[in-house]
Amino acid sequence: MWLWFSKLGSPKWFYELSGKWLPWLVAFMVVTMTIGLIWALLFVPEDYQQSFTNRIFYVHVPVASISLAVFPLMAVAGAITLVWKMKLADMVAKCAAPIGVWFTGVALATGAIWGEPMWGTWWVWDARLTSMLLQFFLLIGVVALRSAIESPDAAARACALLSIVGAINVPIIKYSVEWWNTLHQPPTPLSMDAESANGPEIWVPLLIMIAAVYCFFVISLILSTRNEILQRERRSQWVMDIVAAERV
Amino acid sequence: MLDGIVFTSFSEFLQMGRYAFHVWTVYILFTIFVVVNLTLPGIQRRQFIREQKRRAQRDTQTRTSENSTASSTENTGSTGAPGESV
Repeated sequence: MWLWFSKLGSPKWFYELSGKWLPWLVAFMVVTMTIGLIWALLFVPEDYQQSFTNRIFYVHVPVASISLAVFPLMAVAGAITLVWKMKLADMVAKCAAPIGVWFTGVALATGAIWGEPMWGTWWVWDARLTSMLLQFFLLIGVVALRSAIESPDAAARACALLSIVGAINVPIIKYSVEWWNTLHQPPTPLSMDAESANGPEIWVPLLIMIAAVYCFFVISLILSTRNEILQRERRSQWVMDIVAAERV
Repeated sequence: MLDGIVFTSFSEFLQMGRYAFHVWTVYILFTIFVVVNLTLPGIQRRQFIREQKRRAQRDTQTRTSENSTASSTENTGSTGAPGESV
């Protein structure tokens, strides 16, 4: 276990292993995303209240729910950085922050575009929306903090702390729709009954899209972490070998 | 399988029951999001490799010219035009 742990912490090992995973992850993402998008756009029946804006659901919900995974991930990576000083954990945390900004931003934007026809407004200071906006600014804060501190070690420690503190916001976002009864609706219970309005024909494509978007998140995180590894290990022989072997 | 499609024509599909603007804006935004996040790391990687190659070349050049200055002071014929031994 400890051997595995320390091996996992080696950037070179991660670089090689992720290189082997990437083609499979990309293939899985392409397949699930194609099926999910076609299913969501063409086959999901029109909602009796929302008409065809229910198509937005299949983008908004996966992106928003995965954006909630970013802070816990950064907090765990941050804790590992603080306790064991594992270089790889800090690289993952560093790369996750800007991706999280994207996810949160797209979740907010798609939510606003959905809110306009359904709620009659682009934005309200509802608990869910406000806590999500807070996450957006916290993530921008982490990115800014990283670039503001010159010493990489100090930056890593500061960002790790901010990530752990910022992760407190995640349960607030998650349960905001249950704690405060404002505009954003609580999650809809899934039903196995094919006749129900929330039957499998509604949520199976959603699960497929969630799998696809999760995979997309993992791929983009791996890709930028690999770049970060090359950048930080550029003086080591194995990176020099990669540079020499690659044609650009 | 195809009769599961809820639209009867392509234009009906594009209209999305008068929500064309909202639905398609969301899907275009999502497409941009996915494409940018998957291509940007590739561009950055190429940039990095190019930069490192240039640096490696420069290092070899300086090393060669240092060697050649050293050898010319020792009054053996200078061999190294910079970059010759790259």
